[in-house]
Amino acid sequence: MVMKIKRFGAAAICLSLFWGGVTGLAQEARVGNLVGNAKRGKALYVRYCIFCHGPFGDGRGESAPFLDPKPRDFTKAVFKCRSTPSGSLPLDSDLYDTISRGIHASGMPSWRPLLRQERVDLVAYIKTFSSAFQEEKPGPPVQIPPEPPATRESIQRGEQLFQSMNCWSCHGKDGRGFGPSAATLTDSKGNPITPFDFTSGSRFKCGETDPDMFRVLVTGLDGTPMPSFGSAMTADQRWDVVHYIRSLSDRRAQAKLKNQPTGQ
Amino acid sequence: MELKSSFAAASTVAVLILSAWTLSGWTPADAPSSLKGVVKFEGTAPKPTRIDMSQDPLCAKAHSTPATTEDIVVGGNGGLANVVVYVSDGLTSHNFQPPAQPAVLEQKGCQYKPHVLAIEAGQKLDVVNSDETTHNIHPTPNNNREWNMTQPHGMPLEQTFAREEIAIPVKCNVHPWMKGYIAVFKHPYFAVTDKNGDFEIKDLPPGTYTITAWQEKMPPQSQKLAIGAGEAKTLDFTFKP
Repeated sequence: MVMKIKRFGAAAICLSLFWGGVTGLAQEARVGNLVGNAKRGKALYVRYCIFCHGPFGDGRGESAPFLDPKPRDFTKAVFKCRSTPSGSLPLDSDLYDTISRGIHASGMPSWRPLLRQERVDLVAYIKTFSSAFQEEKPGPPVQIPPEPPATRESIQRGEQLFQSMNCWSCHGKDGRGFGPSAATLTDSKGNPITPFDFTSGSRFKCGETDPDMFRVLVTGLDGTPMPSFGSAMTADQRWDVVHYIRSLSDRRAQAKLKNQPTGQ
Repeated sequence: MELKSSFAAASTVAVLILSAWTLSGWTPADAPSSLKGVVKFEGTAPKPTRIDMSQDPLCAKAHSTPATTEDIVVGGNGGLANVVVYVSDGLTSHNFQPPAQPAVLEQKGCQYKPHVLAIEAGQKLDVVNSDETTHNIHPTPNNNREWNMTQPHGMPLEQTFAREEIAIPVKCNVHPWMKGYIAVFKHPYFAVTDKNGDFEIKDLPPGTYTITAWQEKMPPQSQKLAIGAGEAKTLDFTFKP
């Protein structure tokens, strides 16, 4: 009997150690009411992601040499598309959104064909590549106030801010991405990177809506030269810049703006 | 998971108790020793390169004579400025509180002042923009979190670095010529050479240390040093291009 209990105890310890090992891998991920499972996520990763992001999550998959921009290195835990301040980890929902949306003008496609649960499982697995997710907490997410109307005045104020905030240094005075500093830009791994051409449309990396643009102005795109304008502008000023950037891709709106007499 | 977290909690408590014990047990030497020295540059000093700031008139007009690069700055006596000299090995105590006084990194004339800054991990860093133009300050660390903040004139900005790293390159993407370095230490025994190449590390506890000199363009150098209580020692370094 004693032996039996001892054996049972040993088995229980073995089992708990085993589970400890598994749950150590199972970095938790929660999006809405879904809970991600890193073990299931790994199976999906090996099937869909490994070719670019590599077996170690360091962005050195077999296809990586042929891609520009390069696949994300998950071991650094630095992510472009976040709702958290610059230098902070992303929320689980940020990673989920990126997987779902994909990243325009890069090799990262939209993974909406996968089930929602599968995408959350992938988030859980991606978080196992860096210990930062165990050591740190993401910062407070950006609060996005309601958008004021995109009036002519708002667009003009945005244009002034585009000038005074030195956006033109990289994006160019006409927003085409040929500013004087543009040719010197690299990402944090030293790979050349081009500023966005705002006249090309609205296929922005981290979402196409106005609130997405507002959020990027607050958070910046970590790992790239795009800085955070977190406390450099007020919320109203950020909306002005959003409206101005929108106007750059709308030729008709620009023509209209030019032809209208000034309001005074 | 529960097992893991309870173990983590237990080990945290153990570490806390241990650190409290070592802190209370450690007393500074009665007469702290000091280390002084000069870092020299051997050979003819390279001519500083002129920086073209014409892309931003607000930067250009801040300089009556053209600004020059600061990667190798040699003083009149051959002293090498902007060298970080620090204890890289030999410390017996590892419990240091970062100073309450914040370190200051200023952007002035579209250059970093100082060009090389040394701070402690966890010490507050005040980033100041004294220029009329808007900068973005973008450290690119390996061992710390990377951040990138826009800073118009006068905007307050306070940051910290959590881990030791020698040294983190800092850049401004808007003004590509702007380059600086922030060295982050987990102890207070470091100094940056002044324009004559002089440095002083104060209040070093007695012991045998490895002292390392770091310069942004040339490989780092190390020397062994034994220092007793109350001793004043000198240690010189020479960099060759």
